[in-house]
Amino acid sequence: MAAPMSLLVEFGGGAELLFDGVKKHQVTLPCQPEPWDIRNLLKWIKQNLLKERPELFIQGDTVRPGILVLVNDADWELMGELDYKLQDQDNVVFISTLHGG
Amino acid sequence: MKCKEASPVLVIRVGDAFCKACFREYFVHKFRAMLGKNRAIYPGEKVLLALSGGPASSSMLRQVQEGLSRETAKKLRFIPGIIYVDEGAVCGQSLAEREETLLQMETILQASGFPYHLAHLEEVFDLPSSILQRVPHNPAGPKNSYKEAVEGFIRQQRQEEGGGPSLPERQIQEKLAEISMRDAPGMEGLAAPEARLLAAVRTEQLIRLFGSVKTLTAKEELLQTLRNHLILHTARAQGYSKAMMGDSCTRLAVKLLTNLSLGRGASLAMDTGFSDDRHGDVVVVRPMREYSAKEIAFYNHLFGVPTVFTPALDTKALEKASIHRVIERFLYRLQAEFPSTVSTVYRTGEKLSATPGDASPAAEPERCLLCLCALDTNVEDGSALQAILVSEQLSQQKLPAALPTERGCCPGAEEQRGCCMNTTAPGADFLPLLCYGCRLTIKDTTCLESLPLYVRAEAERRKRRAAMKLEIQEFLLEDEAVTPDES
Repeated sequence: MAAPMSLLVEFGGGAELLFDGVKKHQVTLPCQPEPWDIRNLLKWIKQNLLKERPELFIQGDTVRPGILVLVNDADWELMGELDYKLQDQDNVVFISTLHGG
Repeated sequence: MKCKEASPVLVIRVGDAFCKACFREYFVHKFRAMLGKNRAIYPGEKVLLALSGGPASSSMLRQVQEGLSRETAKKLRFIPGIIYVDEGAVCGQSLAEREETLLQMETILQASGFPYHLAHLEEVFDLPSSILQRVPHNPAGPKNSYKEAVEGFIRQQRQEEGGGPSLPERQIQEKLAEISMRDAPGMEGLAAPEARLLAAVRTEQLIRLFGSVKTLTAKEELLQTLRNHLILHTARAQGYSKAMMGDSCTRLAVKLLTNLSLGRGASLAMDTGFSDDRHGDVVVVRPMREYSAKEIAFYNHLFGVPTVFTPALDTKALEKASIHRVIERFLYRLQAEFPSTVSTVYRTGEKLSATPGDASPAAEPERCLLCLCALDTNVEDGSALQAILVSEQLSQQKLPAALPTERGCCPGAEEQRGCCMNTTAPGADFLPLLCYGCRLTIKDTTCLESLPLYVRAEAERRKRRAAMKLEIQEFLLEDEAVTPDES
């Protein structure tokens, strides 16, 4: 059982274009039987936040190559990537590196 | 983990984790090492930073700021200026959106404290045709003169600090330079409503030019070419001898493979190397070329580097819309599975080196009209180019002759039939002046009359010269003298 939790989800580097240009989203994830991990969070984002062109953000059950994920300002590779179990008040940032500069 | 104390924040290579402080040190050090290793930038030189608002160039600006602010003898010693090119018209942005982006950029530019220039891509229509000519430049001396230059500079600085009066004088000069540089070049002397009208006309010309390009690949190439010309012009006009571009390692790997696919293999070394001296007097350097996109994104996020996101030509485009996109997708997907992909491509590119250009000044190679690389289009027996041309001719004979359409090629120009002179093969007389890659771009451009004047003027000039040379060919002595021998 996972209690409802609130997270700050941010988008940067151009990814915010797919979310109506809004960079910061304070979200509250509902209660559900499986614990919340990044994998489930991505599904939730796809259903609830993503406004257009899902293939530009999600590929299969992970993010599209070129999109970095930071959990509490740390690389998600150090936290277990998709299997990291989210906790209340976590900060998840998605940065797209596909636009150069 | 390097320091083994703080908690790791980022993984760069497999097994290589950094904490925040170590990462910052690593990042800053790489920039200085890149400049120091190549010894391309002399003390006191004026360097133009090309800022697009994106992550890599914003990061580059921050590194330059950090490098210049150090108090020790190790501080970076050049004089930076910044240029921002507004490309909103081409990318389909409304005037209001462009204004907003410009406002955001100006905040960043002003906060940097360096003199800056705001240029609009529309200004390419006012460029002189001398942009397309390579200006010969005294090549840099041997390596020990770099060291002497640095020592001399330090000595001079110490003397000035003792003296006093020259410091405020330099500051006054800088302020004066700052004031003069904020005007848009070409707009001085025009009253406000006239300036707005001229700007609107130019915007329309620009949109028409890009509208006449059929493929996204060609559009992107044309955009890059025009942007580079504009930056070069600003650098020359304001006395900058170097231009810094923020191409990251990932970007350069994509560029390398894309250029190979576009037929620009001959100029790979110049397009992706550290320094690019095709224009002669202004050298383009790429100090960010060893930073992967991931490192840059992390640095910007962790240390608050301001960036402004502007949609580009290929934002939200379909996956296979252009060659650039296809290659980018290919590389990124491969990188996800094999994390050393990008650095392998990059390292292979590092091994390329340009042929020494000024080895024999007498035998100056012909240069491409648009990209100023040496022409690679000698149709020799058995060359790949010959094979392509032969198959082109063969395949055209099979199709029924394509009738030129009745209406003009420019939208809204139904009445003007004579818009493009050559309706049978638009640009057939341009092609010999271009390298293979630029030929493909021009072939995809339907209306060549909408190209900026400087391109067409320079093309005319070269054609006339070639025709004249052909006429006096028989009078020229071979190999050496150019004086015609009229006997």
